Amino acid sequence: MPAGATYEPIATTTLGSAQASITFSSIPNTYTDLVIVFNGNSTNSGSSTNGMRCKLNSDSSALYSGTNMAGNGTTATSGRYSASTFFEGGEISQASGTPTLNIMQFMNYSNTTTFKSFLIRSNVAGSTVQTQVGLYRSTSAITTIELSRDFGTNNLASGCTATLYGIAAA
Amino acid sequence: MPILGILASAITNNLVATSYESIATTTLGTTTATITFSSIPATYKHLQVRGIINTNAGTNNWGLRIGLNSDTGSNYTHHNLRGDGANSNAEGYANESYMYLDRAAPTDANIFGGVVIDFLDYTNTNKYTTMRGLAGQDRNGAGQISFNSGLWMNTAAVTTLTFTLQSGSFVTYSQLALYGIRG
Repeated sequence: MPAGATYEPIATTTLGSAQASITFSSIPNTYTDLVIVFNGNSTNSGSSTNGMRCKLNSDSSALYSGTNMAGNGTTATSGRYSASTFFEGGEISQASGTPTLNIMQFMNYSNTTTFKSFLIRSNVAGSTVQTQVGLYRSTSAITTIELSRDFGTNNLASGCTATLYGIAAA
Repeated sequence: MPILGILASAITNNLVATSYESIATTTLGTTTATITFSSIPATYKHLQVRGIINTNAGTNNWGLRIGLNSDTGSNYTHHNLRGDGANSNAEGYANESYMYLDRAAPTDANIFGGVVIDFLDYTNTNKYTTMRGLAGQDRNGAGQISFNSGLWMNTAAVTTLTFTLQSGSFVTYSQLALYGIRG
């Protein structure tokens, strides 16, 4: 029998000014999966994209890795990173580009037995579509998620919004 | 407005928490070959299955197979687009005996692949049932990511979902959770 409604908003941040990062902390362990929906641009003055740099539990150890697949309107490609000190949260559009829509799904985030896998869909209509599976090689429950600007000095632009949802299984 | 799965969660202002409900969850305490959700109520518009899986096959990159209403006939088709960290590839299969999510299951210790699967309009008896799914498993230097679609060439309402692996059984801590999305 159904166990009741879920997929609940936990927190939302909308930037009133350019910032280096958006952080969700003290995430309750009462859900099964987490979903983050991010929409916005970086302050980079270009019209292309850069990768978001993100961390879990404020952990800067080389415990992150990922495998991605992307299409740019001409070709489909695949790549990966390993033993990284951050995970790539998808592409973020530069200031004059189409705003980014990134959806991150953190699977079974609060169990303390398995490493944590996450699935990301990154959509920049003017330039690229990408999907990624990522791994955080830690058995710790995820309590903090930091979404950061791309490399260099560019920030997340004013108006960027990120919402954290929780999904609880029966 | 009901919210559907992977993409529609972007429509934050339209999210109605009561439209998305947990129906049932299987979390394995021992290695198991099959995970089944049966007697699925017809009270929703769409279904979503979310979970983490690992196989005891001994090697990585095995697919997740899905049967509907215990039908093992050659009544399914499926397509996928996948990336392996170096190349992207596409595949399609007709007259199969299951739907399929490509390369979804790893075997390495502590690493579980993630899956998010949507079954659309699953109670409609006027058309065949379609599925879309996102699956991936990264293993720090190896791994696969895949987009998947599936078709069950039957107009019956879906009441049972059966999940098996292309090779091996689901190991302990594998979990699949079934949700209903109201229309």
